[in-house]
Amino acid sequence: MASDRIFGLITLITAAAYIAAATQIQTNFFSGEFLPKLFPLMIGGVAAICSLVLIFKPDPDPDWPMARTWGNLLVAVVVLAFYAVLMTPLGFILPTAVAASILSYQISPNAKRAVLAGIGLSLGLFVVFKFVLMLGNVVAYRSPTPAKLWDAISILIPFVGH
Amino acid sequence: METLANLALGFSVALSPYTLMLAVVGCFIGTIIGALPGLGPSNGVAILIPISFALGLDATAALVLMTAVYYGAMYGGRISSILLNIPGDEPALMTTLDGYPMAKNGEAGNALVLSGVASFVGAFLATVGLILLAPVLARVAFLFGPAEYFALYLLAFCTLGGMASNNQAKSAIAACIGLGIAMIGVDSSSGLPRLTGGNLHLYDGVDFLVAIVGLFAIAELFFFIESHGKGSSIGVVLDKVSIPWKYIRQTFPTMLRSSGVGFVAGVLPGAGASLGSFLAYMTEKSIAGEKGKFGTGVPKGIAAPEAGNNAAAGGALVPMLTLGVPGSGTTAVLLALLMTLNITPGPTLFRDNPDVVWGLIASLLIANVVLLIMNVPMVKIFVKILSVPAWILLPGVTMISTTGIFALTGSYFDLLMLIGFGVLGYFLRKLDVPTVPVILGILLGGNMEDALRRAMTLSDGDPTYLFSSPIAIGLWIAAILGFVAPMFLRGILKKPQAVTD
Repeated sequence: MASDRIFGLITLITAAAYIAAATQIQTNFFSGEFLPKLFPLMIGGVAAICSLVLIFKPDPDPDWPMARTWGNLLVAVVVLAFYAVLMTPLGFILPTAVAASILSYQISPNAKRAVLAGIGLSLGLFVVFKFVLMLGNVVAYRSPTPAKLWDAISILIPFVGH
Repeated sequence: METLANLALGFSVALSPYTLMLAVVGCFIGTIIGALPGLGPSNGVAILIPISFALGLDATAALVLMTAVYYGAMYGGRISSILLNIPGDEPALMTTLDGYPMAKNGEAGNALVLSGVASFVGAFLATVGLILLAPVLARVAFLFGPAEYFALYLLAFCTLGGMASNNQAKSAIAACIGLGIAMIGVDSSSGLPRLTGGNLHLYDGVDFLVAIVGLFAIAELFFFIESHGKGSSIGVVLDKVSIPWKYIRQTFPTMLRSSGVGFVAGVLPGAGASLGSFLAYMTEKSIAGEKGKFGTGVPKGIAAPEAGNNAAAGGALVPMLTLGVPGSGTTAVLLALLMTLNITPGPTLFRDNPDVVWGLIASLLIANVVLLIMNVPMVKIFVKILSVPAWILLPGVTMISTTGIFALTGSYFDLLMLIGFGVLGYFLRKLDVPTVPVILGILLGGNMEDALRRAMTLSDGDPTYLFSSPIAIGLWIAAILGFVAPMFLRGILKKPQAVTD
């Protein structure tokens, strides 16, 4: 019950913000005054109505994970975020080995096995991408300068990065 | 005669040694993807699209490879349904009802081969149906103007929301999320950015591949972290594999009927393969009656949903190719593939690119035969692959999909969005909000808005223009019925629950 109401409230607020943003869409002579706003306004309207339905007629709650699992999921998201930004300065092999090890450990907590899986996956996929799929430019190894590393990581810090 | 000439053209495209090799490779990879628990056809095709682009395949080759993967995954889905009682994707759910009990009775090999044959019959008949029906529908589609197209897109969202989900409001919200995301980017007529929040990375809009891979593959990783990969080990032993001629003869009429039912369900825009396998199973169950013992591991209970499911997969290609409106989640992903290859599905496709259409159809037929040949003797190999542990599989899939997206766009921003979509997908699926309408919304949003805008420009802003032709009115009525009717039918058409140990 409560989860659906919260979800409905979030979508309602998002829909309201979307409608507000839609009324501010810039137009010019070529597009006409109203047409670029029409469809976004319709979408926002339908979403708002549906979220009201959800608030007044919620479904039963799903089984939410326990606090510990939320922690695990958060770790996974952070690991993936670092993986995403570090791929450019560090190349493929090192970030993949680390990220895959951590994710593997999270699915089945066995440190030695997880590290082996991470290293194996990283090298195996490197070989596949470079020599079978000929994507060497994507998975190339790079040695970064500290400035470039900081540049990449700062993306993840709000208001500091670009 | 024209059809035969077209087919000959198709085979001349698809039968070169290179494309044939791609078809075989695609079928093999597809079956593996379908067989792995938690990876269905949509995931599989979604993960492979970026990679096939990075490879620089041309349009025909990429299409052949991906349709082979698509059909292969439909085949492979049944392996985990039968042996593990875990459907690889939603359409395979019905196969668990009789497949798993049959495997537990010691007939795992028979069940696998029978389902392979049923899949072949379903897919083959559906491809024949596609050959006959698609050109006709393509001619009808020339009558469609912007008002009709707008109603048609609406119909797709309505039937998808009505039939494939448990709560209409939730599927409508999902569609709105997708459509809302599709609006982001530079507006085509004014050339000014819309709803980007001033972020330069968003001027190009949100790439639907990022959304698809995030919602399907990355979200799956979160689910496995939550469950610690439980239930992915093999439950049933497979010993001898022989061809159960007796069962095949016995269930042949069932296969034919189910293929028909499945094909029709697949052709309805938005309804798709889940509905096909469901209707096929329920039809056979009511024909057999109490004596049929459906749900206890009878051969007919495997043949019906498998034939229905694969026939629906073929049927879903009809609206996708002729109208540009996909009939299921996976055809939505295939539509994404076509759009990225710069091929616009629709009636003009049949006129302007006959080599692509008929090459695709020919490669479907080829993939089908390859799959049947591959599946009967090699089923043991695929079963072995099922025992890949989740702690290798899921990190691997995550890394492949991330690298695929990175190879395609080369931007960290898309990777961060990919993770964002993964988180969104996790919460949506937890809340029982279907994710396929989100994908469909992102894919079709631009076209749907174009249709609306053109209609408004033509009619000088008169909304009644949207209901001005008989075809448009028919589509609107179908859309409203498709959305509302399942609310009342839900009590009658209750989905059977999967057997539990």
